Amino acid sequence: MADTSQTIRSATFKNPVLTASGTFGYGLECPDLVDVAQLGAVVTKSISRKPRDGNPPQRIAETTAGMLNSIGLANVGVDVFLAEKLPALAERGATTIVNIAASSIEEYCYVLERCEEHEGFSGYEINVSCPNVKDGGLNFGTNCASVADITRELRRRTERFLAIKLTPNVTSIGEFARACEDEGADAVSCVNTFVGMAIDARTRRPKIATITGGYSGPAIKPIALAKVYEAARAVKIPVIGIGGIVTAEDAIEFLIAGASLVQVGTALFVEPEAGLTIARGIEQYLDANGMRSITELIGSLDTSLQPSLVAAGWS
Amino acid sequence: MLQHLAPITRFEKVADNVYTLEFESPDIARLVEPGQFLNIKPGTSFDPLLRRAYSVHRVRGSRLEIIFNVVGRGSAIFAGRRPGDLLDVLGPLGVPFHLDGDYSSAVLVSGGVGIAPMPILGEALAARGVRVVNIHGARTAAMLIDDGRLIDPVFATDDGSRGTHGTVVDALAGFVTDHPGEPFRVFACGPNRMLEALGAFCSTHGIALEVSLECQMACGIGICQGCPVEMADGPRKYTLVCTHGPNYDFDDIVLSSLPSVH
Repeated sequence: MADTSQTIRSATFKNPVLTASGTFGYGLECPDLVDVAQLGAVVTKSISRKPRDGNPPQRIAETTAGMLNSIGLANVGVDVFLAEKLPALAERGATTIVNIAASSIEEYCYVLERCEEHEGFSGYEINVSCPNVKDGGLNFGTNCASVADITRELRRRTERFLAIKLTPNVTSIGEFARACEDEGADAVSCVNTFVGMAIDARTRRPKIATITGGYSGPAIKPIALAKVYEAARAVKIPVIGIGGIVTAEDAIEFLIAGASLVQVGTALFVEPEAGLTIARGIEQYLDANGMRSITELIGSLDTSLQPSLVAAGWS
Repeated sequence: MLQHLAPITRFEKVADNVYTLEFESPDIARLVEPGQFLNIKPGTSFDPLLRRAYSVHRVRGSRLEIIFNVVGRGSAIFAGRRPGDLLDVLGPLGVPFHLDGDYSSAVLVSGGVGIAPMPILGEALAARGVRVVNIHGARTAAMLIDDGRLIDPVFATDDGSRGTHGTVVDALAGFVTDHPGEPFRVFACGPNRMLEALGAFCSTHGIALEVSLECQMACGIGICQGCPVEMADGPRKYTLVCTHGPNYDFDDIVLSSLPSVH
């Protein structure tokens, strides 16, 4: 049996499959279907200082092989999360990564420092990249200096695993990944949703209330994969690959491209057990290919047949 | 909740563009209560991506039945499935109708495929000794769903082509007039316009009304947060139709916050 586990600072992931923030609630909603203890980790819904109601309906719309969402970071707030959700997750034996969203550096620091007072989780993923919230026009994820500032301030405040979740809606994700690495992030999660839109041609209205929203699902896999490849080549720290993963083979593509871990999101809405299925499939692939450890797969993309292209700068 | 592949046992057309699918699902059949729904994959492809949510129409032994009309790509695929095919079913989901209380009669009001939860609801109420009457309405007789599964149905058509000439609210008003002083509750399911009109009538007459909401859903199990309905009076601004609903006291919700599904 191949070894699929990895340890990054305070976090030990028994397999490389994590559930993506915002796609699995607080990991507590479907205990009959999913034993969360078997996942590499659960990344919680984004937690903010105060509870957030979220956006008005319509929050979701199906598109071809995908969907749009504009949930609006609806969450119970850090107080209720720490008092109720986190202990329940710990009791289920989950490896938990707490995702934090905020609209100012002070707020990120506040929420992290509140969490630091608690046990029962392995680290943090910082959401700097939600396209569905307009809080005074702040959108850190597309401003490299802001992302660097946030990383630096949070790095100072915790010894735990710290990942920064990046938005793909930028020209050069490699640049953002490097900024996070320079400021001491343990990993970068690539990518959050793309900005997308859908219109009802009969009514001439947008299909979701906020007009545009986050686009996810199988349709985005090729563009997410390209971003992951770019980020993985820009930094030495681990990249967590996200975007349209539905099957084990999808996940394996991301690992080959350079991701060390992956997250599964939208697929869970259709198959709540997808995370477990994918983890098993990765293990089977490693065994079938004579690989003893997942590290043999990570970043193993073979571009040797494209030497002239590589020479021309395509790699 | 369970997820499994259920073999289809029956497919029937019950009205113009209205179909029923019955399938074998003993574990879910054992658990399901009136007003709960199933989230079902249209096919095995990634497109259409999402499951579709359907109320359970009826339970016969180990078999469940759903009823639907074709309004989009997902329902069109279901209309093409036949006995022997397998359906990927997730359920039972949602909080059932709230049946407890002190009432001797119940009026089940439905419009169009809002008829969906009424047969299973009627049976459960009758089993509790409640007298059940159904009011089912449509614009015209051809659009009524008379699939034989309703207890004691009264029909209403806007054009008077069958039953009461008027809306389901008119038919309910008639019931109130004919049964003065009798304590009864109303359970309703149908287009939002119908529910609004019913809500206004029941409010005026002090009649308890529980509505079953239809809502665009992705996961159906509370993990995506995609199906909110605004609450009239807290404690939170929204609740999720899939896990807090789909069945609500009409006065507790702001129905106008919910876009119509089609």
